[in-house]
Amino acid sequence: MKPKFTPPVPGKPRLTTSAMIASIAAEGQATKPAPFGHALVELARTRPDIVGMTADLGKYTDLHIFAKAYPDRFYQMGMAEQLLFGAAGGLASEGFTPFATTYAVFASRRAYDFIHQTIAEEDRDVKIVAALPGLTSGYGPSHQAAEDLALFRAMPNMVVVDPCDALDTEQATAAIAAHKGPAYMRLLRGNVPLVLDAYDYRFELGKAKLIRDGRDVLVISSGILTMRVLEAAKLLEKDGISIGVLHCPTIKPLDVETIRREAGKSGRLVIVAENHTEIGGLGEAVARDLMLSGIHPTFRHIALPDEFLGAGALPTLHDRYGISTEAIAASIKGWLG
Amino acid sequence: MAELPNKSLADRAYHIRRNAVLMGEVQGQGYIAQALDIADVLAVAYFHAMRYRPEDPEWEGRDRFLLSNGHYAIALYAALIEAGIIPENELETYGSDDSRLPMSGMAQYTPGMEMSGGSLGIGLSIAVGKCLGLKRKGSSSFVYTLFSDGELDEGSVWEAILSAAHHKLDNLIAIVDINNMQADGPSTQMMGFEPLKEKLEAFGWFTQRIDGNDLDAVVAAFDAAKAHPGPQPRMIIADTLMGKGVPFLETRDKSHFIRVDAHEWQLALQALDAGRSA
Repeated sequence: MKPKFTPPVPGKPRLTTSAMIASIAAEGQATKPAPFGHALVELARTRPDIVGMTADLGKYTDLHIFAKAYPDRFYQMGMAEQLLFGAAGGLASEGFTPFATTYAVFASRRAYDFIHQTIAEEDRDVKIVAALPGLTSGYGPSHQAAEDLALFRAMPNMVVVDPCDALDTEQATAAIAAHKGPAYMRLLRGNVPLVLDAYDYRFELGKAKLIRDGRDVLVISSGILTMRVLEAAKLLEKDGISIGVLHCPTIKPLDVETIRREAGKSGRLVIVAENHTEIGGLGEAVARDLMLSGIHPTFRHIALPDEFLGAGALPTLHDRYGISTEAIAASIKGWLG
Repeated sequence: MAELPNKSLADRAYHIRRNAVLMGEVQGQGYIAQALDIADVLAVAYFHAMRYRPEDPEWEGRDRFLLSNGHYAIALYAALIEAGIIPENELETYGSDDSRLPMSGMAQYTPGMEMSGGSLGIGLSIAVGKCLGLKRKGSSSFVYTLFSDGELDEGSVWEAILSAAHHKLDNLIAIVDINNMQADGPSTQMMGFEPLKEKLEAFGWFTQRIDGNDLDAVVAAFDAAKAHPGPQPRMIIADTLMGKGVPFLETRDKSHFIRVDAHEWQLALQALDAGRSA
């Protein structure tokens, strides 16, 4: 049923940014422009096999930076995602390493069979880089890829990466380029927050990294939720709550060794936090592995609900679905009682 | 063209049909009628038009052959056996456990199989990427891509048709097999695609329409496709007859995936022999 009109509340302005592209940077937060685009340009200097391809979303996936630097190594495939990935498989079969970009909804939902058949099944060296992952657009379900990690996790041969910030994105770009075989990377584009430079951190494919240790809670997180959880941890310090954060940007293959070691330390509440539907993402992957390995901590899951998400301003939606810094802090506080 | 014993193309086509029937007999069923209809096209592709080295199927200088309609694998295996790329004694393993010749063609299994088909409508997209890649490498190789009339129903085929013309892929030679039969019935009744030649010409392709079971016409079409001086991708629309060469299969109604009684395989081989000496 369609919702009824909500009348304005006097004195309370509505947030008005339900645009397709919304910044995930908080006001005043340090950012870096187009980390993927610049990292790819740098890599391409020594890797003549790297080519760029897109389906009419060069500007919105930061691939225009590469296209400008290497116009003869850039392929505009038009707004045709099945063609994009089929052709990427074809170029890879001739020895090239295509970085193929579009939005996450189109890579996962529209072109899935093409990626399955021409890239994953043939184990081709194609890097799929997809913008607007999870809930990073207020445009509605057409552009909200809440289920992309679940879909690509389920595809054999596919490496799946969910970076947190600009530093993670740059280093993950180099890492998937060095990896032989297909990879799916969630893309943060535009002016991307820079957070992890404040920590002793380096991205390594297939590795989870303890960003900060904590006594009461261990949060295992990926993508922008690591950034949010780090902020929530600072807020909760004031309440005397001590939170450890294990950043797990490689969703597949999962670093089960580190996850078991950290989750196995007794006495901590273990939470998985992800910008993804509660079905089939990092949370279920971690829970399965812990069950199988006989590690049974008290377990909670911060994730998007199994429903079509709303249109609206991104901060409003992140609050509504429990993945804003404040909502995460409130959940954790509630669980600790 | 590779150095091969001097056999006539009709003789090659006969052996391709015979290999296919022998493989069909292993399973008792299969896409036999398609193999029989496309045998003449494959004979011309492998024994007149294409460059390849039987002993080195991944030779960089080869022409590529993409089988988009993976269920035609039985036909391509028959041609690859005749070309010496697959040993003849593997024929009896067709579609069996641990065979390199699965019923649906897959790149990971078979020497000379360049793509994994089966999910229809994919081959031309891969061909676009391969053609772009070959041009990047400065290669003079062609990418031959065989697909079926049923695949014309798939939107992705038209994405690739637009794209190949846009990127001026003059190294792409596509062949569409118009046998007018798909899973649920005659292709033209499932989704009308005529007038096909006019459509493809409007999409910017150098297009020829021929009787795909007339060897002279097929040879002429491949020659013209290779020699065409323009920057267009090339399409050969090949009208073919399901079951060609075996009269009792040519007239069978349910011809998409046929079951053949045990005694009929011998009759099919006899019909091919009779056609050969005629």
